[in-house]
Amino acid sequence: MTSSTSFTLNGKPVDLAGADPTQSLLRWLRGQRLTGTKEGCGDGDCGACTVAMVETDGAGRAQYRAVNSCLLPVGALPGREVVTVEALAEGDRLHPAQQVLVDGAGSQCGYCTPGFVMSLFVGSHDGDLSDHCIEGNLCRCTGYRPIRDAARRLAAQPVVEDRFHQALAEPRAALATSALGAFHNPTTLAEALALKQQLPQASWIAGATDLGVNLSRGQPVAPAFIALDRIAELQQLEIGEHAVRIGAGVPLSRLEQELAGLFPLLDDMLPWFAAKQVKNRATFGGGLGSASPIGDLAPILLALDGDVHLLGPNGARDVPAAAFFLDYRLTARSEDELIVAVTLPRRAGLVTASYKVAKRQTDDISIVAASFALALDGERRVQQVRLAYGGVAATPRRALRTETLLHGQVLGDAVVEQARASLAEEFTPLSDHRADADYRRALAGNLFVKFVAEKLA
Amino acid sequence: MSKATTHESAVGHVSGRAIYADEQHPPAGLLSLYPVQAPHAHARILAIDTAAARALPGVHAVLTAADIPGTNDLGPIVHDEPVMPADHVSYFGQAVAWVVADSEAQAMAAARQVKVEYEALPALLDVHAAIAAESFHLPPARVERGDVSAGLAAATHRLSGELLIGGQDHFYLETQACWASIDSEGLVQLVSSTQHPSETQHMVAHVLGIASHRVVCRCLRMGGGFGGKETQANPFAAVAALAAWKTGRPARVKLHRALDMQLTGKRHPFFARFTVGFDDDGLLQAARIDLVADGGWSVDLSPPVLMRAMVHVDNAYFIPHVEVQGRIAKTHLASNTAFRGFGGPQGMVVGEEILDRVARFLGLPVDQVRERNFYREGCTPDRNQTHYGQPVVDNHLPELWAQLRTSSAYDLRRAELDAFNREHPQRKRGLAITPVKFGISFNKTEYNQAGALVLIYSDGSVQLNHGGTEMGQGLHTKMLAVAARTLGISQSRIQIMVTSTDKVPNTSATAASSGSDLNGQAVKAACETLLARMAPIAAASLRVHPLPNPSPIEGEGLKTPGSDRSSPLSPGGREVGREGADEAADIVFADDRVFHRDRPEHSLAFHDVVRSTYNARVSLAATGYYRTPGLSWDPKLGRGHPFYYFAFGAAVCEVEVCGLTGVHSLRRVDLLHDVGDSIAELIDRGQIEGGFVQGMGWLTSEELRWNAQGRLLTDAPSTYKIPTVGDVPEDFRVDLFRRSKPPSTNVIFHSKGVGEPPLMLAIAVREAIRDAVAAFGDARVVELASPSTPEAIYHAIVKVRGA
Repeated sequence: MTSSTSFTLNGKPVDLAGADPTQSLLRWLRGQRLTGTKEGCGDGDCGACTVAMVETDGAGRAQYRAVNSCLLPVGALPGREVVTVEALAEGDRLHPAQQVLVDGAGSQCGYCTPGFVMSLFVGSHDGDLSDHCIEGNLCRCTGYRPIRDAARRLAAQPVVEDRFHQALAEPRAALATSALGAFHNPTTLAEALALKQQLPQASWIAGATDLGVNLSRGQPVAPAFIALDRIAELQQLEIGEHAVRIGAGVPLSRLEQELAGLFPLLDDMLPWFAAKQVKNRATFGGGLGSASPIGDLAPILLALDGDVHLLGPNGARDVPAAAFFLDYRLTARSEDELIVAVTLPRRAGLVTASYKVAKRQTDDISIVAASFALALDGERRVQQVRLAYGGVAATPRRALRTETLLHGQVLGDAVVEQARASLAEEFTPLSDHRADADYRRALAGNLFVKFVAEKLA
Repeated sequence: MSKATTHESAVGHVSGRAIYADEQHPPAGLLSLYPVQAPHAHARILAIDTAAARALPGVHAVLTAADIPGTNDLGPIVHDEPVMPADHVSYFGQAVAWVVADSEAQAMAAARQVKVEYEALPALLDVHAAIAAESFHLPPARVERGDVSAGLAAATHRLSGELLIGGQDHFYLETQACWASIDSEGLVQLVSSTQHPSETQHMVAHVLGIASHRVVCRCLRMGGGFGGKETQANPFAAVAALAAWKTGRPARVKLHRALDMQLTGKRHPFFARFTVGFDDDGLLQAARIDLVADGGWSVDLSPPVLMRAMVHVDNAYFIPHVEVQGRIAKTHLASNTAFRGFGGPQGMVVGEEILDRVARFLGLPVDQVRERNFYREGCTPDRNQTHYGQPVVDNHLPELWAQLRTSSAYDLRRAELDAFNREHPQRKRGLAITPVKFGISFNKTEYNQAGALVLIYSDGSVQLNHGGTEMGQGLHTKMLAVAARTLGISQSRIQIMVTSTDKVPNTSATAASSGSDLNGQAVKAACETLLARMAPIAAASLRVHPLPNPSPIEGEGLKTPGSDRSSPLSPGGREVGREGADEAADIVFADDRVFHRDRPEHSLAFHDVVRSTYNARVSLAATGYYRTPGLSWDPKLGRGHPFYYFAFGAAVCEVEVCGLTGVHSLRRVDLLHDVGDSIAELIDRGQIEGGFVQGMGWLTSEELRWNAQGRLLTDAPSTYKIPTVGDVPEDFRVDLFRRSKPPSTNVIFHSKGVGEPPLMLAIAVREAIRDAVAAFGDARVVELASPSTPEAIYHAIVKVRGA
């Protein structure tokens, strides 16, 4: 018996009526004595809680996606399908994603193992069993070598059409509008905006990779939520000749796949943006909406002179990237407006690259993120220049002074050195637990030197 | 027995069926605890008002120091560690009270309503502040040999330096957890994620004011320990037990990650200063080394951690005149504790720092200076005696080192790398080879004992109990292998039992790489006792009923009771063997069969022999006991024979460093490690690879930062970065060393402890980074902070370029 508050767990409908919609799927599962899914951090950074969730792509095909169940509010579940580690084995017969780990000594303490199993399970369905498949899973025991080898052995195995493949092949209706308590899941923009009028205190919530951390930590966020992850209009990706319009709700893993090769800035950044579990839920719109001063995608928007498309009770408006970021955690979007899309122009003749420096190069938050776009004429004279940064100020920002300095100059060693010195002085970053201000200043200049050396030599 | 044995719980791990402490079937009325944390690093507690919290729905109690019926102390060495402080806050975030409620969410909400008045006091927040204030735990410790002043004065060259080494969070994936309940007989039943169930038992008894026989502590398995659950599981067991004691209901604690990182101690940060004298070839003459460990607010295990650092600062190098002084800084931070290597890694990082500085000072290749200074057997004058008076027994290191140099193509790659560096101004590659010599045994001599209890049931099935705990290291897997090999039966007949203090009492922590050595010998002794009891019965049966047996028996794995005379303690075996017929000594237990050595074709099934033994009214239960022979240690003099033997290894690492960002990548790793005759090669390999990567994290990306108030800022994996798969090189070569000479010691089946030593192989990563940094300039000193984050490496490059 399914109802509007039920979801499918390991092939069976489960009614969530009465459940706390802000509780994480992880804690809910463990409360149901499904303790195979582990809490290693509760912040979406260790992957021990990885489960597979069915997502339908633009073409209506269903796919398994690895997600962190610690960040997924129960309120987002109605109508969805989730597979946990308990469902994989049939009696004593292990799933290949499990068997390869047993055979290769891929578990020691075993606490991270179910998360790896689920990442491998999804990888065996979507065909990516590279390191990126397991980068979002921390293991403190093995040193990863046996797990990486297990992933490769799994990749080498012929795909067996099992019950999980069959389940995916079944036709699916689009997710319906639903609500679990004060957690609302509209399916159209009109519904979403109307809900916001009724519930002005409600918080928009997209992939929940940011707000989900607050919820998981038991911090009060908002009395109600309006989820944006099942609104078809936000899921569109329009690749035009002169620009690409990215629906605000498109998960980053889809951008990574479907826009591959179109924007070197995205190609450089997305692999290092976050782990797969996060990219399967995080969205461009959500990143802009949370207005993080780092936000690895914001510098790309700035470097390409993109536009942010907003929709509110008073209609639609477009804000150029340069006018979007106002102050710390403050943007041009008003509280009742929604980010519906961003547009990235496709310009010929631009040399572009993104850089990210973090304490750890995979799955970390940037110390400094930078996106550069430069056009030179035949004499190496700078025709156009955008130097955009995250992590050096209260908002993602362009280095306007240095851009002016470079404009019209012939890009030689002395000019590059001038620009480096100027960049190092242009910002007044903070010292924090990621790095000190002087290192951030040095990176602001040196990343430009690196860009010139690597792309414009 | 298959050497390729995989982990005994592997199927449970991958299926999610393996149960950890917080995953048991919840008993009716289970309560949850959540702490009230102090917002000061150092403060006087003026008042605690719990009334508002207690009035909230679901709240059953708010525990404070006043509720403790026994002794408010958990200090394992010095009695300075209250479960909850009565009047003083000693570090930021310290739990001053615990709320007990129906749900964790209710407890958390109520904890915010506990009103505590504080008077803030000035705090010492790092080792330098403690040194300046002369704030130390306990008097200084010393280990010395020879005449250092004279040695330094006579040396051709002298140099001095200092180094601050950062700490490390354990980041076991399973945070601290304990369930406690009061059983039908009024006993306290604990299920704790603890590496030391006996101590957890004793501490809980002490806190409740009852005798230890009224507390049972079990450990199912841990989701990682690494030393972080050696003593620091105790506070959470204590508050869970106190909650159960007060309310009469079962209670659980399972820390959220941030709480775990804020409340528990870490690997000790160390500050080292050294002066060293050496000759033109870089041969060390004398060294004066001053080590200060940041102990945090309480003593915990800091004295033995410090001592292990002091007796590993030499690493693999002979120094004629040595003086090591050690102190423990008392700061207002979480109390630092055991962590894989137990001070050894910090000592060895200092030792390798010295070797690098000496070599660069002289402009000599670092690998050659390292090799030149090795401990070596058979030199005159002697070069094989440590500064604490113990010879480096079975010193295989020079042989191992030579093998790794060859197998890693060190010299060829050095030349290639120099060529690369000449062509790339902004990218430099570095290469380093470093050795590991690590002493195996607890420095505290009395910990070097273990017990086991083996029960054979009349159907021929076996329960195996031993005092060690399973935290992923594969101890249970190895113990199953030892029991199966000794009893001559298949592992499927043996059920390994969860560790429990009512099966084996007075156990030592599963720590110091000694779990397999100690418990393995105890298991073997228990099994040999049982064999000796069964052998005469089997001999009699075979004499009376010589049964034809069609199945041929392979020679491998044959076992006669008491045949392994090197076993130190199996008196039962020999006595019973004498008492029975002469044939008893010739009875072989192998492949689930029992037969006379000379008549393998006539054999009995193991379970039939068990049944006959039962019918003959002979006990089928036996304890086994072991103590490591030949150990002595005088902590006051810093001299003795603290280690049964040494584990050796060496690593070659190659890195590339970006001069513009300080970001490095690890290109290739070659490890060669000595595990003796491995009991389970897959398990040992796992320890080597995992230890190396954990050590690499400590030395590179894992950085702890606190704010000016003493609050830990890096209390989550979003800010504290342990390695991911992306940090591990594709080219990762690991080999087990095959020694050419038999060992002089008798470790279980001639294996070697492997838990900790490989962590220190990662020092080669640090030294390779230093080598790359050096290539950016022509400096005679390359100062490199630890951990070597991109920021630290960048600053080191700037300094080298400016030199």
